[in-house]
Amino acid sequence: MNYWLVIAVSFCYLALLFGLASWAERRSAAGRSLVANPYIYALSLAVYCTAWTYYGSVGRAALGGLEYLAIYVGPTLMAPLWWVVLRKIIRICKVQRITTIADFISSRYGKDVKLGSIATIICVLGIVPYISIQLKAIASSLFILTGRAGATEAFPDTSFFITLGLGLFTIVYGTRHVEATERHEGMVTAIAFESVLKLVVFLVAGVFVTYGVFKGFDDIMRQARSLPDFEQLMSFKTEGGYAQWFWMVVLSMMAILFLPRQFQVAVVENVNEEHLNKAMWLFPLYLFAINIFVLPIAFGGDLLFRNGTVDADMFVLAIPLSQGQDLLALLVYLGGYSAATSMVIVATISLSVMMSNNLIMPLLVGIPALKNRYQHKLTVILLYSRRLCILLVLLLAYLYYKGVAEYYSLLEIGLVSFAAVAQFAPAIIGGIFWKEGTRYGALTGILVGAILWFYTLVVPSIVGVGLLPATILAEGPLGISWLKPFELFGLEGMDYISHAMFWSMFLNTGLYIGVSLLTRQTSQERNQAEVFVDIFKYSTVFETSIVWKGTAYIPDIRSLLVNFLGEKRAESALKTYRRKYPEPEDATGKADPKLVTYAEKLLAGVIGSSSARIMVASVAKEEKISIDEVLHILRESQQLISINNELRRKSLELRKATQQLSSANEQLRLLDEQKDEFLSTVTHELRTPLTSIRALSEILYDNPDLDREDQEHFLHTIVKESERLTRLITHVLDLEKFESGKYELNLSEVRIEEIVQESLDALESLVQEKNIELLVDVQHEMPAIRADRDRLIQVMVNLVSNAIKFCNPDNGQISVSGYYLDGMIKINVSDNGKGIDEEAKKQVFDKFYQAQNQNIRKPEGSGLGLAISKKIIESHKGQMWVESEVGKGARFSFVVPVHVKEEAAKV
Amino acid sequence: MKKEGKKWKVLVVDDEPSILMPLEFLMRKSGYQVYIARNGTEAIESVDRELPQIIVLDIMMPDVDGYEVCRYIRSQAKMEGAKVIFLSAKTKEADIKKGYEAGADLYIPKPFSTRFLMEKIKELTQSEENS
Repeated sequence: MNYWLVIAVSFCYLALLFGLASWAERRSAAGRSLVANPYIYALSLAVYCTAWTYYGSVGRAALGGLEYLAIYVGPTLMAPLWWVVLRKIIRICKVQRITTIADFISSRYGKDVKLGSIATIICVLGIVPYISIQLKAIASSLFILTGRAGATEAFPDTSFFITLGLGLFTIVYGTRHVEATERHEGMVTAIAFESVLKLVVFLVAGVFVTYGVFKGFDDIMRQARSLPDFEQLMSFKTEGGYAQWFWMVVLSMMAILFLPRQFQVAVVENVNEEHLNKAMWLFPLYLFAINIFVLPIAFGGDLLFRNGTVDADMFVLAIPLSQGQDLLALLVYLGGYSAATSMVIVATISLSVMMSNNLIMPLLVGIPALKNRYQHKLTVILLYSRRLCILLVLLLAYLYYKGVAEYYSLLEIGLVSFAAVAQFAPAIIGGIFWKEGTRYGALTGILVGAILWFYTLVVPSIVGVGLLPATILAEGPLGISWLKPFELFGLEGMDYISHAMFWSMFLNTGLYIGVSLLTRQTSQERNQAEVFVDIFKYSTVFETSIVWKGTAYIPDIRSLLVNFLGEKRAESALKTYRRKYPEPEDATGKADPKLVTYAEKLLAGVIGSSSARIMVASVAKEEKISIDEVLHILRESQQLISINNELRRKSLELRKATQQLSSANEQLRLLDEQKDEFLSTVTHELRTPLTSIRALSEILYDNPDLDREDQEHFLHTIVKESERLTRLITHVLDLEKFESGKYELNLSEVRIEEIVQESLDALESLVQEKNIELLVDVQHEMPAIRADRDRLIQVMVNLVSNAIKFCNPDNGQISVSGYYLDGMIKINVSDNGKGIDEEAKKQVFDKFYQAQNQNIRKPEGSGLGLAISKKIIESHKGQMWVESEVGKGARFSFVVPVHVKEEAAKV
Repeated sequence: MKKEGKKWKVLVVDDEPSILMPLEFLMRKSGYQVYIARNGTEAIESVDRELPQIIVLDIMMPDVDGYEVCRYIRSQAKMEGAKVIFLSAKTKEADIKKGYEAGADLYIPKPFSTRFLMEKIKELTQSEENS
């Protein structure tokens, strides 16, 4: 294929990525962010799969069989733990504005400059080889595709221009904003796109090899049996034994968390912690998908290129080419290119931020002379230092590629990088779960671990390319045999990775814990330890949970912010602060400790926590605080949180209680009004018979000579009015008992038929007197009920006498019916009177309804009869109602259940 | 208004028969010409027809209440000089005030003393005769 065509395609692809990224950023600016969804997040995590996966897995599978799977097993095992580990790291970084893994470590251990620098150096040393293998992959694939002999090129060769191109692209792409906490939405979108591309193309290539070149999985596997080392490849038994499997899994578990690029996409670019939930199963699924065709391609390559002329790492590309599928080959090349570029872009951006924040800035702000000189150009310096670092990292990678990487496989170098970042594991995992870890513990552990890593993994590779004498490996340096890099302290029989991991992790972890226990934390360290370990407690009150004592002036803090954020951003940040803490400013211009913490956090986002610490300290007169004081203040702030919560809860309760009170009050007021009205009605009703009795008695007293007829008439009226009085009083008292719940029913076995009969007997004379036609139809042998006999008679008498009063005065008709149905006994009393209109139906059961509504001719009665009857029925767990149409009479009905429970029968 | 030798006309208004009964007896015994009304409407009809000089008026009645009847009387030129006495079970301060505002000459709460009532009526008729 034409060399320049492929180069052109490569650059077009970068341009496409750039367009995609800008489009995504424009969308995000318009408020329609693409990144705010868990799928993009999960895809961006797949930056884990680099050219190493894309080309290297096949290469490894061809040589080592199933062993290649180990580095995908680790992340898969780790994914379920993300909710515990990664979410905590994300929260800490969000709250503290941490942007890199080096910053994370330095911040946890008291914002220590040394620790940050060492972590940065380890990252650079560890990751540069990793970047170099991406360059190697791009170059090799390019050469295979175009048939150009790369090894013969003179400087500046193709890979140098590729490196340069990638560098420029990354600069334009990744350093547009100074503040590193600002998420790179464009970058994340492009990475997600690349993840899709590499997966799809790899699957297409896999399908092509499996079904196009061969006749499916079965066919490849059958043919592969003829390969000499087939049995060994298909077993889990590798040359290093199970120890190698174990360490590979452990290594990749660390890598998925602590590789700078993973930290960048998983932590810094995380929009929403909830996205982890989906990523926890989507990401392992991605790993599974991209590995499906690895073995078929590896065996296919082995079968097709038996003479070993083709590097196994390049089988994916070489097979389509050998079959004359140029277009597919170009696509495969692009897939590999995308896998490589995504790693290179994210890793270099992350490394450049680390280097500028943890190496350059501390130098610049730590040396007063430099600081004063460049005070106002810091932003620009920062930006340019980052750009320079990007180029520097890529240049180093290029040199490593040229000097070392050409002699090793992708996997071998990749594992060395994994082992480097694994050295952070004790300090980070310990740091977020164990408060006692100290700066010296972390420092010793990481340093010793890194030295061992270098000695057991890097030194041999330098020996391998001939830059150091081979006797170091065979006899040990200066002939000291227990210092042989592959058999350190006489430990033999392990493969080199397991060996290196064993020693470095063992000593790293041991020293971290041991030294931590032996050394004391500073107050600053203790503060950070508390906040890190208990981040979910502090994250909402971060400014108040950083203990700081000293004097700083607001103008100084302000100018500090302006220097790094620019006038506009600094102003808006201060405005945000004032909204959050609206307390008035100190008249002397002294800054509140909260403001100092806030400013330091903002600065940390730009220049890293340790540099930010130095900057803040430079404008403030700080006072020493003891650890006890820190713990005391933190405890107070914790108490404050719980007191605040308690207060919030209490005030909620109070508000609820107030509402309940006021509604109870309203009810009471209504009740009171009703009571008032009731009382005034009762007194009025009492006055009427009293008036009559008094007037008539006085007349009888003053007129002893009254004729006998008048005398008898008056006396008769007095007696009747007295009865009316008595009845009224009895009813009022009854009603009061029912309403206050004091009435106790006198329960016994009662037969309703008997009650109806007894009531009708009592009223018989009245019915006959008024010449009323009475129809009775009550079912016989209805079940007995437990009820208050006298009370039910009272109800029946009330209903029937009402019917007598209101039925048609000329040809009155009353019918009483009763029957048993569905566990209930129902009784109806109908009359043929003038009926009750809709409005009145609602009120007939009200107390003194008659008295209040005097349109009805007032018959004798208290006006309480129906109200009491209804109460009686309800106290038997029954119901009473009226049906009526104006002009067609009225029918009063009630039902009572047959099984009234004793206790329920109490009112 | 009162013509020499003629009887005073008294209209008694109440919806309770047991109260109308003693009132009717008392008025008749004192030598007045007695008219009876059982509600507000009947009372107004009777006022228009008989032009009574004294009206003994209940307040709480089914249709037109006593206040209304009193106001009606006060609005009629032909009823000038008529005396209105409220007899009511409403005993609250506000009710009594309302009664005087409607134009009553006297407001007596129920239950009342018959002697007191008759004395007051006598006073009212005498003051009219002397004027």
